[in-house]
Amino acid sequence: MSSSEPSPSAAAAVPAPRRFASPREAALAGLRDSVGIPMLVLGSSYLGFGSLVQGAGLDVWLGLFSTFTGWALPGQIVVIELYSLGSSLFVVAAAVAMTNARLLPMTVALMPYLRAPGTPRWRYYLFSHFVAVTAWAAAMRLCPTLPASQRLPYFAGFGTALWSMCLVTTTLGFYLAGGLPGFVTLGLVFLNPIYFMLVFVADARHRGRILALVVGALLGPPLHLVSADWGLLITGLAAGTLAFGADLVLPKKTQGGGHA
Amino acid sequence: MPEQALAGTELWAFTLIVVGGLATYFWRALGVALSGRIDAGSRLFEWVACVAYALLAGLIARMILLPNGPLAEAASPDRIAAAVIALAIFFLTRRNIGLGVAAGAGALVLMTWGRGFF
Repeated sequence: MSSSEPSPSAAAAVPAPRRFASPREAALAGLRDSVGIPMLVLGSSYLGFGSLVQGAGLDVWLGLFSTFTGWALPGQIVVIELYSLGSSLFVVAAAVAMTNARLLPMTVALMPYLRAPGTPRWRYYLFSHFVAVTAWAAAMRLCPTLPASQRLPYFAGFGTALWSMCLVTTTLGFYLAGGLPGFVTLGLVFLNPIYFMLVFVADARHRGRILALVVGALLGPPLHLVSADWGLLITGLAAGTLAFGADLVLPKKTQGGGHA
Repeated sequence: MPEQALAGTELWAFTLIVVGGLATYFWRALGVALSGRIDAGSRLFEWVACVAYALLAGLIARMILLPNGPLAEAASPDRIAAAVIALAIFFLTRRNIGLGVAAGAGALVLMTWGRGFF
């Protein structure tokens, strides 16, 4: 098999091994590495999230609290959108759990690259809070090349910087949306769906997931009209299961490319 | 039901955010606890990914076609055109997400602004 899909991540090229002078230096390097394109793109998305919170008529502190505790943008958007629709507690909990269940296999995949002898277990539980796609993809790419003692510090540094910046842009987005003319605010709120639309299109290489995106997008709006309360949950379960089943049943284009 | 009395209040939003945060952190903590004991590439997780992708695709399509909140003030054809422009720029710029997003959001702002003159 060719190396067309070495891992489920978007990480493609293997970077040259890096070695830092100490775990502390590794943490600072992680902090520095997060500044750049990842921070710019994710920071702008949180600008959109801040304006979504403002548009829902909520306080800025609730937006900050969401970014602080939730720290996975899709689930945070689900909460605000379902709050605006007046959904029940059960529907919100189920929709967020379904949206973020992917964090479980992501954490499982990352852990072997973070472990180092002598690290207290609580540190893994603490820094697992930073498992979200941007920091995860960076750590999956770089941590395997680092000495074991520098891996968790690098991930922690990267996550801390990204998280802090997004708390700032959540606030910024909230006040921009409140202060700018209505037609500009529209553009900020529009960042939320457009960003994820493109992230998904960019990431779609697995046939089952591509099918899930297409069927989900087709079923989402009509099922919302049928039931604003349950439409989203039914869309996820029905379209996701249908896509997964179709991927299993349909003949594979290339042998062995599927579930590695 | 207490939910009905609370619905729409800041306290209710706070409750939902707390529950959302717990439902998110739960998976991370479980991942730490189970790592080394389960296979992250198993078919169960492929199904989990499909459900998450479908749910989010459904939410995104609904936010573009049937939005609530501020986006409802933009005309439907404008929102759809802006989404198409975002996709077009994304592909024309060799899959640059930042430029695609900026073009889509910018297009919606300009189209909505332009409608103010008619």
